[in-house]
Formats: sequence, structure tokens, C-alpha cells
Amino acid sequence: MSESSPRLFETRLTDVEPAIELRSVTKQFTTPDGSAYTAIKEMDLRVEPGEFCAIVGPTGCGKSTSLTLISGLERPTAGTVEVHGQVVKSITPGVGFMFQTDAILPWKSVLDNVAMGPRFRGTDRRAAETRAKDWIRRVGLAGFEDRFPHQLSGGMRKRVALAQSLINEPGILLMDEPFSALDVQTRAIMSNELLTLWDDTRPAVVFVTHDLEEAIALADKVVVMTAGPGGTVKATFDIDLPRPRVVQEIRFQQRFVDLYQQIWEALRSEVDIAYSQTTRANGKVA
Amino acid sequence: MTAIAGAESDIGHTAAAPRGPRDLRSRRRRHRFIVHLWQVGILVVVIGGWQLFVGSDSTKIILYGVPNGIVAQLITWLTQGTALGPLWLQIVVTLEEALIGFVIGSALGIVFGIALGRVHYLAEILGPFIKVLNSIPRIVLGAVFVLALGLGIESKVLLVIVLVFFGVFFNAFQGVREVDRNFIANATILGASSWEVTWHVVLPSAFTWIIASLHVSFGFALIGAIVGEFLGAQQGLGYLIRQSQGTFNANGVWAAMLILGIVALIAEYLIGKLENRLLRWRPPQLGGLDPQGSGL
Repeated sequence: MSESSPRLFETRLTDVEPAIELRSVTKQFTTPDGSAYTAIKEMDLRVEPGEFCAIVGPTGCGKSTSLTLISGLERPTAGTVEVHGQVVKSITPGVGFMFQTDAILPWKSVLDNVAMGPRFRGTDRRAAETRAKDWIRRVGLAGFEDRFPHQLSGGMRKRVALAQSLINEPGILLMDEPFSALDVQTRAIMSNELLTLWDDTRPAVVFVTHDLEEAIALADKVVVMTAGPGGTVKATFDIDLPRPRVVQEIRFQQRFVDLYQQIWEALRSEVDIAYSQTTRANGKVA
Repeated sequence: MTAIAGAESDIGHTAAAPRGPRDLRSRRRRHRFIVHLWQVGILVVVIGGWQLFVGSDSTKIILYGVPNGIVAQLITWLTQGTALGPLWLQIVVTLEEALIGFVIGSALGIVFGIALGRVHYLAEILGPFIKVLNSIPRIVLGAVFVLALGLGIESKVLLVIVLVFFGVFFNAFQGVREVDRNFIANATILGASSWEVTWHVVLPSAFTWIIASLHVSFGFALIGAIVGEFLGAQQGLGYLIRQSQGTFNANGVWAAMLILGIVALIAEYLIGKLENRLLRWRPPQLGGLDPQGSGL
């Protein structure tokens, strides 16, 4: 465990209940041929309320698996997952999830998509639509309420997904490489908007990404995972860059460069291991 | 500077462009005209050849029918009614059987397909039964139904249901299996109950599959109604065909078939309309089949 800078004493206090806590969590899947595949192994993770935590790691290290465990879509094979002090047994209430691929429903208009959360939680139609309109405006899509997803650009669909998640005012927002399908400029704009919206409601965020630059630019804390199978936390780094941040410009700061070098040091060997595994799988000897 | 020059030459290009689309349109019109000319030509050769081959030979007329005889038969039926009563009544009877059976059969197919697709336990229990039932040549069941339920509408409706159900069922079932897992996960996290997931996610997603099966199933529904009437009835187009056959009236058989064909085309058109309405959320290039392009 190497920590780049000592944290403030207050956030270290153990009597502050963490938003998310994973204690030596292991998750195994059964592969089609019947053998067990260990996605993550004895992973520990703690995310404070309102904290923006980014998880980086090479392909196949179990980053996404950790999100499905926190959301309650999957149950751990061993260990415990707690959210707001409660052990996760089914779909965790108060969680928002943004998927890597589009998960907004293509047969519902923007308005109906965003209003889905409140509707499922028992709000009547009119109230749900009023709130949905407000959120559509907040993500910058006012005037597009009646469009179907196929009529929107990739970035706009991500905005719909963001509004859809945030309208439930989740205490925890889980994001699985949400912007990886976007072009570089749109991605930076979306990252900035995410930070603004996050600052409004301050959920605890777990943001999974391949991209170290994106992780540092967004997060309070970057968690580096070891290469899979059986990925676990290798090191945690506190990001002490001041907020508010402008994602496109923050990378020019010296502190950003230093942090990048430090974290890359930890990440590089894992990427090498993951890469040699894939090349070996392709029949070449690394 | 070069960039600006390039842009200008681009503009020059678009200014000269209008001739392009007009050219294209007239070429497309000419193309369509030639296609229609071929189609008319084929019709003339087939029907004309048939007319010439049969001529006024009365034996051949009895065996094969003759185009001008078919037209005459249609006119007689329209103006004087059939041996079974007015022509419209026969059409209505057959359509009624086909439609009632179609609606019940597809509704059952959708409900069972989605239930078995969603609940694996049910699929495990009922799966083998459905496979066995599907492998029976179900048209034969028509004979049993007519014996059991008599010559009225019930036996035909039941036969239509049996014919329609399986196609819709298997498509609905497959449609449920093909639903994007992320859609379900997303809706679940947003707070949807299992029932709400079925209604808001699974059903609309499976509808692309279900609608595809409805096109084929309406054809089955008509076949079921006709065969049912063939096996035993007092009214309907199928019975009209059988009656014409019994009186060596080949023209009557052909005329009734022609009416059926027209009914099927209209139904196909209406289902196409329904499809476009229900699936209007799809991007246009994937949108409904051209209803004129897909006949039964």
C-alpha cells in the first residue's frame, strides 16, 4: 500500500460509516465448461460518502465485477459487501449504475426513459414527468424530451443515461467505463458535466476505467488493481488536485504529471502481466 | 488559402448539383416502369396461355378452369350470390373464424412464450410437451375438432388457434431470450419489479420477434379456417371451394382462391401498418418491411 499523500485526519475516522465497504471479497464464476473462474480475490475497498473513487486496472482484472457486487446484481462467493452499513443481499437501494454500453430503452422516449426510475418507485406519472423534465434540462437536453434514443448522438444518449441514474438521487453512483465509446472531445465535455452534477448531489462514486488520465482528472482516490484472474487492490492513491477541475486542462499541472508517473509505476507491471497473458493465449510465447 | 479555395470549389459543385437528383429520379421512374412492364408481360403470357390452352374445350374447362370463366363466376357470385347464400357472408364467416382464432392463438402464444422465457422452471417442465405437440402435423387435428365440436365456428377457431399458437410462441420465447441483459440490469437497478421488467423491457424487446411471426401466422390462420371448412362446415369460403369441387366447377375453386388471396394481401397490409405503429421507435433503416413488398 503506497499512499501518495496523508489523508485528512477526519476522513480517516473509523466511526464515520463508509458508503461502500468490501471486506476480503472473492467472486467466482462458473465457466461454460464447468470450471470456476476467479474474477476478484480477497479484495478490500472502502469508499466514503461523497467520495469520487476511480478504479483502474488492466483488462480482465475484475473492475466491472466489483461494481456488479456493490449494486447487488451479483452476490460475492466469499467476504462481505456493505453499503451504508447494510450487507448487500439483493439490488442495493439508492444506487445508480451507468453501463459501458447504452442501457437506456430504445423504445421509450427521452422523457419516458428518465421518468422510469421515479415511476418504478411509485411516483405518479405527472410528478415523475415534472422531475424528469427538470433532470433533462440539467443534463442539457431540454427540447429533446420526445426523441427516441436512435435519434440522438452517442454523447446525448450518455446524458440521458446520466439523468436516468441521477433522478433517483442515489447515494452511490457506479460507473462502468461510461464514456469509453465516445470520441475524445465529447468525452472531456461529459467528464466536466459529470463533475458539475456530482458536485450538486455529492453521491459516492465508483468509476471504473482503463484510462489513467481520466481517473486522475476525475477522482479523489485512484485504486489500482492487479491483473486478473483473481484481481485485487494493489495500491490506493489520494488525488489532492484542487476542485473545481477542468478535465481538459488539469493534465498540464505539474502535480497531475507527478501523480500520473507515481500511479503508472504501480499500474505498468500489471498491464504487462495482463498483456503477456493475452499474447500467450493467442499461442505466442511472451 | 488552399483550404478556402477547396471550400469554394465544393460550393461550386453543389450549385451545379440539382441536375443530379432530377436525373436520378427520372432514371428510377424509368426503371420502375420497366419492372412493371415485365410483370404485366408475365401475367399476360400466363393467363393468356392458360386461356388459349383451355379454349372452349368443355372437358378442359371442367378439369382446369378457364380465366374468362373465373371472371364470369366471380360476377355471378357477386350479383346473384353463391349456392350457399350471398358471397359476402361466406367471406365474413371465414374471416371471423380466422380472426378470432388468430387473436386468441397469438395472445396465448405471446403469454406462454414470455412466461416460459422468463421463468426457467416453467420452461423446463413444459418444454418437452410443447416440442412433442409441435412435431405433430397439427392440420390433422382439424378432423378431430370437427368430429368433437361439430360443423359450427368452434371447430375452425380451435384449429386456427392450434396452427397460430406455435409460431408465435417460439418467436416470443426466443425474443425473450434475446433481450439485452444490460436493459434488464438497468431497469432492475432503477427500481423495477420483475413484473415491471417484463412489461417495460422484455415485452417491447421481444415484439420485433413477435411481429415477424404475426405475418406468417395470419397466413396460417386463413389456412386453418379454410381447411376446417373443407373438413366439414355449412358456410364459408372453404366450404364454397369444396362445393365447387364437388360440382366439377374448377372455375369456382379458382374464383374462391382469388378472393382468399385478396383477403390475405389486405391483412398483410394491415399487419404491416400495425408493425410500423408498434415499432416506430426503431431507426428507419431497420423499420418495418415494405407492406407491398412482402406478400403471403
